[in-house]
Amino acid sequence: MQRIGDAPALRRLLIGAAVALSALFLLLPLVAIFAQAFSQGLATFWVNVSDTYTLAAIGLTLFVTALTIPINLVFGVMLAWLVTRFTFPGRRLLQTLIDIPFAISPVVAGLVYLLLYGRNGWLGGWLDAHDIQLMFAWPGILLVTVFVTCPFVARELIPLMQAQGSREEEAAVTLGASGFTLFRRVTLPNIRWALLYGVILTNARAVGEFGAVSVVSGAIRGETNTLPLHVELLYQDYNTVGAFASAALLALIALFTLAAKAGLEWRAARREALA
Amino acid sequence: MSQRAAGSRLALPFPGRTQRVLPGFGLSLGISLTFVSLVLLLPLTGLVGQLAGLSLGEYWAIISEARVVASYAITLGAAAVAALVNAAFGLLLAWVLVRYDFPGKRALDALMDLPFALPTAVAGITLATLYSSNGWMGQALAPLGLEVAYTWVGIALAMAFTSIPFVVRTVQPILEDLPHEIDEAAMTLGARDGVAFRRVILPHLWPALVTGTGLAFVRSLGEFGAVIFIAGNMPYETEITSLMIFVKLQEYDYVGASAIASAVLATSLALLLAINLWQGRFIRRLHGGN
Repeated sequence: MQRIGDAPALRRLLIGAAVALSALFLLLPLVAIFAQAFSQGLATFWVNVSDTYTLAAIGLTLFVTALTIPINLVFGVMLAWLVTRFTFPGRRLLQTLIDIPFAISPVVAGLVYLLLYGRNGWLGGWLDAHDIQLMFAWPGILLVTVFVTCPFVARELIPLMQAQGSREEEAAVTLGASGFTLFRRVTLPNIRWALLYGVILTNARAVGEFGAVSVVSGAIRGETNTLPLHVELLYQDYNTVGAFASAALLALIALFTLAAKAGLEWRAARREALA
Repeated sequence: MSQRAAGSRLALPFPGRTQRVLPGFGLSLGISLTFVSLVLLLPLTGLVGQLAGLSLGEYWAIISEARVVASYAITLGAAAVAALVNAAFGLLLAWVLVRYDFPGKRALDALMDLPFALPTAVAGITLATLYSSNGWMGQALAPLGLEVAYTWVGIALAMAFTSIPFVVRTVQPILEDLPHEIDEAAMTLGARDGVAFRRVILPHLWPALVTGTGLAFVRSLGEFGAVIFIAGNMPYETEITSLMIFVKLQEYDYVGASAIASAVLATSLALLLAINLWQGRFIRRLHGGN
């Protein structure tokens, strides 16, 4: 039976247009990143990547990301468990509130943290008196990174856990499983792939966050400069090849994220086909 | 729908009392509420605190300053163009990815998520380099008299790039779930492709298309990293509102930054609320007014 848009000529035209536009607007920029990064050869790329300040920026970015992931993992699992396994007043509101970071411009997100914890903020005065510096130091970068990435794990888990329902878990409780055993043996196997994808998304955003981090970081080379901020600094210094060398590292993480997503989707589709 | 999933309460024989079967209510409630209060809500009080000292007149003076108003016009205009371009591009890509099979389809599908995965600063310097006068695209467009970098067009381009996934990913699942019979019936009755698409398919996609376009618009309004490199940042001409907040901060004008930020925040929250309400109304209408 013929369906809409099945005529061979129309089909070819639409596929051709989609592929051409995607190549121009998505693939070309991706290729350009690596072309620029390697434009002066592999040796220059290596010199740029192993530069002291670049290494420091990579270190800081990995450090902040390594702290962000477990924090948001625990919060995401707890929140998803709470809103999908219990009913209580305010459940809807809570689900809406976790979307706040998606609605807020990154610069505004950085600003609200700066206002609260910065020298003029109402908590900042107290922190200052106790000699604790959060803003323009790594704790500030960590705080805003946790803020902008906190919806990802919860957002991946909530629809899945809602669809799965709680029958298996209730059965486990009836059979006498403790809370921890229940989670490890029943819940975790059911949600592990969504959990993994949530972590991958958190990782990608944590590594790449720019707007919010640039407000609270101060971008001191070797100290509070994350990799995306380092890209900006080099680019403003007219060191284009150096900027793109660091950008290529970030693009590699993005490519890994895309591959992981495609892999997980392929796995889910295959399981559905087998079931 | 969610009642079944969330209904793990067991009624006890005593009227008015229920007990939760699954463990961890107290723990998950405690952690979630603490996190939401400290990470999401507490920082917003800082904004309120800064603005509390302002009179309405002073507040209005800041947010209606000529340079700031120019930035609203640029941001809103470029975001609208970016969202509309994405509506067309997203609809085309969703259609091609759902309806046709061709070599490289999986790679094309994966490529759609690139703008979300790629750090915005990386997207920003890449687009600025590509479209500058000696970049690949800049050189190709120069003979046509088209200047993209450091103009308004560049801002719209960067916004469009970062918000590509919204329309594709909201329309795609709806198109996948459309039953075959719908367009077979239209074709049997002899409708031409264009007419059949407009009359039969489009009405089903409309809510997803509007939602995706709306989300792309909201995202574009707040975009910063991808835009500032290609924008040129000339006052009154290519300055976006996020940059105005950033500039005020660098001048240590926290009050000015807060005032503009509150206007941006109110606009995006109002838009998101409108999208949600509209979506809810449309879904109710589809399901017969419940």
